[in-house]
Amino acid sequence: MTPSTLLLQVEELVKHFPAERGLFGLGRARRSVRAVDGVSFSIAPGQTLGLVGESGCGKSTVGRSILRLIEPDAGRVTLDGTDLLTLGAGELRALRRRMQIVFQDPYGSLNPRMRVRHTLAEPLVIHRLATGADVGRRIVSLLEEVGLDPAFADAYPHELSGGQRQRVGIARALSVEPHFLVLDEPVSALDVSVQAQVLNLLAELQQKRRLTYLFIAHDLAVVKHIADHVAVMYLGKIVERGPASALYADPRHPYTKSLLSAVPVPDPKARRQRIVLQGDVPSPAAPPPGCPFHPRCPHPKLNDRCRTERPALREVTPARFAACHFAEEPM
Amino acid sequence: MTEPLLRVRDLKTYFVTEQGSGTARAVDGVSFELYPGETLGLVGESGCGKTVTSLSILRLIPEPPGHIRPGSFIEFEGRNLLTVAPNELRAIRGNQIAMIFQEPMTSLNPVFTVGYQIAEAAIVHQGLSRRAARNRAIAMLKLVGIPDADERVDHYPHQMSGGMRQRVMIAMALVCHPKLLIADEPTTALDVTIQAQILELLEALQAELGMAIMLITHDLGVVAGTADRVVVMYAGQVVEQAPTTELFARPLHPYTEGLMASVPRIDTRVSQVRGRLHSIPGQVPAATAWPPGCRFHPRCPHAWDRCAQEEPPLLDAGAGEPGAHTVRCWLLTEPQRRKGGA
Repeated sequence: MTPSTLLLQVEELVKHFPAERGLFGLGRARRSVRAVDGVSFSIAPGQTLGLVGESGCGKSTVGRSILRLIEPDAGRVTLDGTDLLTLGAGELRALRRRMQIVFQDPYGSLNPRMRVRHTLAEPLVIHRLATGADVGRRIVSLLEEVGLDPAFADAYPHELSGGQRQRVGIARALSVEPHFLVLDEPVSALDVSVQAQVLNLLAELQQKRRLTYLFIAHDLAVVKHIADHVAVMYLGKIVERGPASALYADPRHPYTKSLLSAVPVPDPKARRQRIVLQGDVPSPAAPPPGCPFHPRCPHPKLNDRCRTERPALREVTPARFAACHFAEEPM
Repeated sequence: MTEPLLRVRDLKTYFVTEQGSGTARAVDGVSFELYPGETLGLVGESGCGKTVTSLSILRLIPEPPGHIRPGSFIEFEGRNLLTVAPNELRAIRGNQIAMIFQEPMTSLNPVFTVGYQIAEAAIVHQGLSRRAARNRAIAMLKLVGIPDADERVDHYPHQMSGGMRQRVMIAMALVCHPKLLIADEPTTALDVTIQAQILELLEALQAELGMAIMLITHDLGVVAGTADRVVVMYAGQVVEQAPTTELFARPLHPYTEGLMASVPRIDTRVSQVRGRLHSIPGQVPAATAWPPGCRFHPRCPHAWDRCAQEEPPLLDAGAGEPGAHTVRCWLLTEPQRRKGGA
């Protein structure tokens, strides 16, 4: 893909959080937490990239850094050719129209004292997209678009169910007619039957509005359902990325392989080879030397090189990238 | 046939709502049995009553606002837990029936060492000395696979990761070798690789200690991999109950079917999974106003007028022994009403 065909490009994104120095700033300064440590990917218009990984891998920080809800320390992010990280405050605000975010927690991300009408009107007014009676009309059509009865405009968040709140969160993001949405665990707080409704809605909206999604999730089955491409993160880095179909069918990184094998399957007859990883994810403040995955790696060829030399993310076969010394000989 | 370890009959646990606007019938006539050594999965979505059922078994329902209705019956090894004396209940709770919860952070006391918290039940129930209790705590930590157990025994919960805390919770629950372990969403707060570790641990411990497990979860994948039998709950009732392989091969209640079809699956090809997911229309009704007739009828694709008027009982599906597979659905009596073929 040439750069002009890409909607979003992220290059070598870095975000380090300084470690706290303890009470009153005394005590030894500890190493900073490398939440995002050189992440690169791109998304073509109308496509979905699934960004997956376990808690603390840095996937949410990537999403927020792209939108500059958190200021990244280094890297380049371009949306439709505009470099987002060099924009001034005013320009950034104008560009927020083109990129929005939907959060995981539909309880925490809506103002409990605002009626739905107010929540949806606010971005329209701020971006001067509608005035007077037009605001009301836009709200009705937004609610209908996300599958809610327009009567919900007068409801407060506490009067809505989890699924309804998440629909309001989506309507709010859509109100400014963005091209690009960061969906940060948009269905993980929802029950299975409601989760399916919201996933279907997201797929419909993408088709209709030609939206581009960065879909952040820990649930690999959900991502398989919605993503065109998938990137797997571990300790602040992408360890594998590629087209969804190829990555799920033939994972090249032992972490991806283990992650996929650990997902429970709703079929009691499925006799799967479950790889149970030992131990916990190490602290991102003190990642292991060499390959950051080596202390938990189940690959039979694990050797001294893995313990000392960090494998780069490299193209193993066309469009398939993996950061493993043995990516050519997957487990 | 062996006697059940636990027999729940017509359990009704109601809550008076704060605004006085009515009574929430959270659990409304639930019956099931649990046999020694088996794993029973209790499945359903938020608000179906699965957690209230488990808290009722341990008599942990706050009264008021909650109360267990007269006529309910919970029998554990021949004793009705709803009528036993408080001291007898204390001797059972934490000793013969133990429970682990979803949130290992909030269920552990932050100001006591994990060793003390693990040993507490053994001190209370079995009168262990301090030294013996400490040794037992170390042995339990080893049993649940925590490395450096003799050091970790003096740690506080905040010094441990989420997966380790859940292991501590399991050690705490199992310290008196209970006959029944109630596990309420034990892996929901954990990452998938840690979930795999904990499920494997529970399976190994069950084989070693021979306890029965009541596993409460919303995750059909977890149930399929661990439970011998499954009870599906909806709107405060049991809607279907069957051995696990039978249930997944032949789900008969439209809710069970809908739930299974809504789960995005990892074991199918990408080309097959793209496109619309099946979804159940609408949402779970409020516990203060269950629909009349079959409680699922407003969301059911097959419902006809009878479903809106008459509540179906649990009907035998006629598979295996009588009562092995039961379903609360009128389709069992009028299968020709099923839409879209058999």
